[in-house]
Amino acid sequence: MNKSPFKTYFGMPRKGWFIVCTCLSVMVLTPLVASITSSLKTAKEAQQSPPTLIPKSLTFDNYRRLTGVSDGVKHYLLNSFGLAMGTVVGTLILSVLAGYGFARFKFRAKGLVFGLILLMIMIPFQAILTPLYVTFGKLGLTNNLVGLCLIYITYQLPFSIFVMRNSFAEVPVSIEEASVVDGCNSWTTFRRVMLPLAIPGCISVALFAFFASWNEFLAALILMNDQTKYTLPIMLTLLNSKLYGQVDWGLMQAGVIVTMIPSIILFLTLQRYYVQGLMAGGVKA
Amino acid sequence: MASANISLTRNRKTSFAKKRARAGFYFVIPASIFVLVFFLYPFLNVIWMSFQDWPLLGERSWIGFENYRTAFQDIEFINSVKFTLLYTVIVTPLLFFTALGMALLIKGTSRTTKVFRTIFFLPVVIGFGPASYLWYWFVDSRVGPAPQFLRVLGFGDQEEQWLGIMPLALFVVIVMVVWKFAAFQMILLMAAIQGISKEILEAAEIDGAKGFTLLRTITLPLIKRTISLVLILSVAGSLLAFDQFYIITGGNPNGSTLTTVFNIYRQSFLQFQLGYGAALSVLVAIALMLISLIQLRVLRGDDHE
Repeated sequence: MNKSPFKTYFGMPRKGWFIVCTCLSVMVLTPLVASITSSLKTAKEAQQSPPTLIPKSLTFDNYRRLTGVSDGVKHYLLNSFGLAMGTVVGTLILSVLAGYGFARFKFRAKGLVFGLILLMIMIPFQAILTPLYVTFGKLGLTNNLVGLCLIYITYQLPFSIFVMRNSFAEVPVSIEEASVVDGCNSWTTFRRVMLPLAIPGCISVALFAFFASWNEFLAALILMNDQTKYTLPIMLTLLNSKLYGQVDWGLMQAGVIVTMIPSIILFLTLQRYYVQGLMAGGVKA
Repeated sequence: MASANISLTRNRKTSFAKKRARAGFYFVIPASIFVLVFFLYPFLNVIWMSFQDWPLLGERSWIGFENYRTAFQDIEFINSVKFTLLYTVIVTPLLFFTALGMALLIKGTSRTTKVFRTIFFLPVVIGFGPASYLWYWFVDSRVGPAPQFLRVLGFGDQEEQWLGIMPLALFVVIVMVVWKFAAFQMILLMAAIQGISKEILEAAEIDGAKGFTLLRTITLPLIKRTISLVLILSVAGSLLAFDQFYIITGGNPNGSTLTTVFNIYRQSFLQFQLGYGAALSVLVAIALMLISLIQLRVLRGDDHE
């Protein structure tokens, strides 16, 4: 059974299992590999119909040309990166504090705040974009990445607070009591004793906040109208413009690759925390 | 830190419990402020806006339930709801059964299994934006690899754009969503299956349960809470679909792939009928709230009970 996980169910021998998994992997990877290949073709070859399977010559020309898209790809990378960092830091600070408060304290407003967070899980953020658009317009926060960041932070909170609450709840109360007996106040206990023990939870929260901000499309599309304020996914809409009656396919796929590479690298390095976070926030919540 | 210590000595008379209660409240204040300002206020605002005629420029006026009355007679809105339901009904079982199959394949702990698991999961972390632009190109009849592949296999000349033909355009989006999202459900299902105790499975095997019987009578009932969670998440997500349709089909051909959120986007931000858009948003919010209430009920239960 350990050798072939599928065997318990369908008596599939290991070789068959391996072949099925390999076929699935090929299906999953084909679009990605094809996109990378096409981004490395010359602009002319990427336009060719029917498409070539293997590029005649490899070139980074499409990537070089991305620097000429409106404010340039570097500018949009910076926008997306800054936004993601802001979202990560903001989400971490707020959810760690609130998670600790929920895990370890009893206070009068607890039920009220908790109910509010539950309501937030129920109401999708797509539903409040219209008033946000109006309010942000009044406050001058449209076309302001900080404003967008504040929304991203807010909508990461329910998930993140649940994850942090669960991480803190897993720390034995005796450890905390010992520190209180030793004379630590609530803040010192939190800072010196509890926080270091909840680091894995923090990494999960940070990771999910990064992905949410990096990949978000609708709010950025609505609230950022000024091309200099676009994020990477919204920059892709610029690449879809049919400048000479035709989409510049090589350029578009280069943009797609640039947008997805940071997510993939981050996932591959911190995979463990991603899955843990999914369990802590999704299943146990 | 120092000031905190000073306040500790000054308030020595305050009982410990009281101080702790107040400390707990302080910890949740920052998050609460964000939720109040960026969620509760806009949420109350959307309800208020939905009762008004609210153009971007010009006078706005209170019109009561007029927006809602319009919505129920608006063919475009009704069609968008119908289409979104159709999409949800097709994509949810497809996603689930793909994910379940994948979960059974990779529930082991060997190194090879983990490599496959990682590969399957890659599309999940890519945003819907880039993933949609990838598929938009992938299925283009002139330059896309998919139609070319079919041509090589001898399926005629695929001259026509897939995205220009109705069932095919929806089909492309569904394939893309399964490609991108099945592994997300796979991970949740896999964790639940791994959580089933070995003894139960071995006992069932000794009793002669195999294949689909084992799956249907033992495994699935034991993970029904996770299955419900996965299905609800999938339904909620599908009802809110926007990115993939906005990018891949643009709502076409002839507005036949216009989803509910896409329709709200058009009413609010292209035609600037902000009051009407708000009313549609409230309707979507109510639908999602009902689904979430079911979700909360489900989450109170437990696997392996």
